[in-house]
Amino acid sequence: MVPLSWYLLLAAALFSVGLYGVLARKNAIAILMGIELMLNAVNVNLVAFWRYRTPELIAGQAFAVIVFATAAAEVAVGLALIISIYRRRNTVVAEDIDLLKF
Amino acid sequence: MTTEAIIWLIPLPPLLAFFLIVLFTNRSKTLSHIVALLAAFLSWLGGMFVFWRAINVEHLGVHPFTSSIPWMPTGNTWFEIGVQIDPLSAVTLFFVAWTVLMIFIYSVGYHNFGQPRGDQDRPGLPPHGSTVKDAHGHAHKVPSIEPMYSRFFAFIGLFAFGMFLLVVTNNLLILFVGWEIMGLCSYLLIGFWYGKPSARAAMIKAFITTRVGDVFMLLGIAYLYFATGTLSYNEIFSNPETLYQLATTSTGFLGLSVAGLVGLLLFIGAVGKSAQWPLHVWLPDAMEGPTPVSAMIHAATMVSAGVYMVIRIFPLLAAGAEPGYPTQTMTVIAFIGTFTAIFAATIALAQNDIKRVLAYSTISQLGFMFAAIGIGAYVAAVFHLVMHAFFKALLFLGSGSVIHGMEHGVLHTGDHSDPQDMFNMGGLRKKMPVTFWTFVIGGFALAGFPLITAGFWSKDMIFAEAFGNSHWGVFITLALAALFTAFYTMRQITLTFLGAPRSEPAHHAVESKWTMTLPLVVLAFFSITAGWSGIEHDFPLIGGILPNWMHDFVGATLQEHPELLEFSLIPLFVSLVVSLGGLSLGWLTYRKVKVGDADPLMKPLGPVYTLLKNKYYFDELYDWAFVRPSIWFAETFVYLWVDKKVIDGILHWIAYITSVIGHFLRTYIDKLIVNGFGALVGEGTKRTGRSIRIIQTGRVQQYMISALVTIVVISAVFYYLLILTP
Repeated sequence: MVPLSWYLLLAAALFSVGLYGVLARKNAIAILMGIELMLNAVNVNLVAFWRYRTPELIAGQAFAVIVFATAAAEVAVGLALIISIYRRRNTVVAEDIDLLKF
Repeated sequence: MTTEAIIWLIPLPPLLAFFLIVLFTNRSKTLSHIVALLAAFLSWLGGMFVFWRAINVEHLGVHPFTSSIPWMPTGNTWFEIGVQIDPLSAVTLFFVAWTVLMIFIYSVGYHNFGQPRGDQDRPGLPPHGSTVKDAHGHAHKVPSIEPMYSRFFAFIGLFAFGMFLLVVTNNLLILFVGWEIMGLCSYLLIGFWYGKPSARAAMIKAFITTRVGDVFMLLGIAYLYFATGTLSYNEIFSNPETLYQLATTSTGFLGLSVAGLVGLLLFIGAVGKSAQWPLHVWLPDAMEGPTPVSAMIHAATMVSAGVYMVIRIFPLLAAGAEPGYPTQTMTVIAFIGTFTAIFAATIALAQNDIKRVLAYSTISQLGFMFAAIGIGAYVAAVFHLVMHAFFKALLFLGSGSVIHGMEHGVLHTGDHSDPQDMFNMGGLRKKMPVTFWTFVIGGFALAGFPLITAGFWSKDMIFAEAFGNSHWGVFITLALAALFTAFYTMRQITLTFLGAPRSEPAHHAVESKWTMTLPLVVLAFFSITAGWSGIEHDFPLIGGILPNWMHDFVGATLQEHPELLEFSLIPLFVSLVVSLGGLSLGWLTYRKVKVGDADPLMKPLGPVYTLLKNKYYFDELYDWAFVRPSIWFAETFVYLWVDKKVIDGILHWIAYITSVIGHFLRTYIDKLIVNGFGALVGEGTKRTGRSIRIIQTGRVQQYMISALVTIVVISAVFYYLLILTP
């Protein structure tokens, strides 16, 4: 059986890719995608820990499903915001969306 | 309804009338006097009913009509108030009810009800008269109605309440309450025409002078309550044990017993109220008030209250006295009364104002009563009190009628000579017949004209008592005072009514209306007939036809029924001589006074006349001894020194110190520290904000990087602290 640490390493790699995407990409949609990657890295962790530590309980899977639902909702809201910004300012570059400053 | 219930109700109607007039009907003069007259009539009716019941009951002195209710809790007991009608209060109630009703009726006419409003009349001044045009277009000046007509009836209503309350009560405290209510009304009514400075001065003088007596009276009441635990008449004056105890306990003050000291204190209260020397000065000045007020308050009722109270406490005064040896307090009372009688009678000889003569004669006659009490002549004092109330009310109302007629003359002729100066009068006999005849009856009663007038019988009784008990000093002095009384009475009658008119107004004086003359006639009736209730049994010829009712009835108030004296012809003879002699001397002296003549007494008496004219300079003496020191004390000592210098000085000093401290606090604490701290906080926050706001770029990714860095750092720290160095 594949050891747990492999899964964790995969999840860490996936998280880092997502984090990098969030921090480094200019496109807001890409940032949103990075966030999705990080969420899914967490999901991998959750499922892996459930399978290896408490397979008799269903909490880990349930948690993962909740994260999916949250992610879906978040994407819906996030994309709607981005579209709204695009319509008003005609850009999706995160650098340009800087109204929240002093 | 029982008699007791009626007694409770007697004082109430005038009180209700007072409130009704003050609160509701004061705009309507007609309604106001109807309310007041109705109230006086109801009280009169109640008074007469009670009097009638009282004289038809056996042994009223032992079993008086009495009823009381608990009023004020005093520890474990209750202070009870109530009403009581014994023979003394019954006769007092009789004359009070009659005089009050008569004076109420008289006031209607005196204040010119039914006359038009005055042209320039204003509240606070006597009416000046108004101009009317008759059918032929001639303008006449006629008397005008009093501007504050309703107010007058409200005040005398309250006054009547005070008097009735004082008469029907059964304890000294409520007596004092009624006493003070009358004091207030006296003040208000003397100053009824408050627009006159003299009336204002007189009202203050009356109030303050009587207050001197009242303070002592209150002390006496308090001491009596302290000594006996009750103020009820029955429990003190009808209880031989209590009296014995009071008479034998020494106070250590001038060797007086408790009874003596309390009696003396209460007597001082009566001295103030009844205007005895040395507190007599207020009464002549009180003539500034309207004449019904002078009659009611300052002749018939209020000043009688003082005598009534002293008669009421007679058992206390007499407690411990042996026959022939009166107590110290009684000696003092006899002395003050006798002295006042002669003192005021001499002043009255030289007064020209018709009302002032009567004022001094009131003082003098009240002195007779006190002298009678002082020598133990209880019944004689009561007798003279009742008779005096009738004839003196009559005389005052008569003098008011005279003044009224004279004022009519003043308005008619426009000649502004003093309508109260007797030397401006004369010949009014024909102009004012009713006033003349009633005034003569009243005057003769005052002078003690033999046999027919009431004053003769009561005065004779006092003489007989003084003579029979060998009080020679009192007897001789009072006889002399009676001689003067007869003299100045005849002087007054002669100057006012006889001879020829001595001024234009006197030529045109007219008789007063029936509202004024009716009370005169009624009171004149009593000034004659009332005296028949006290004719001595052994009096020559007519003695024994009528029973000596006064002696039997009033004497029964006392525990020990006073004994009848042996009849003696000497006091009777003296009484006849002084009254007839005085009257004829007065007529002879004054019958030929012409216009502009000086007083015929002025020449023979010389400086003594000036002394009498100026009332022995008592006003000046009091002004010098009391008034000016008081003013100096108030203006110079208290105002300039104590208030301005000491108290204001302390205040200024405190203010200065406070100001210095305040200045220091402001400069060094508030400005520097408190304000500095405030500025520091504000400025610091501002600067901090300004310097760190540059990190807020608005770029999401920069925020996230900083969040990441922070988390990494914090994680590293926790990792170091928790894992590496456990």
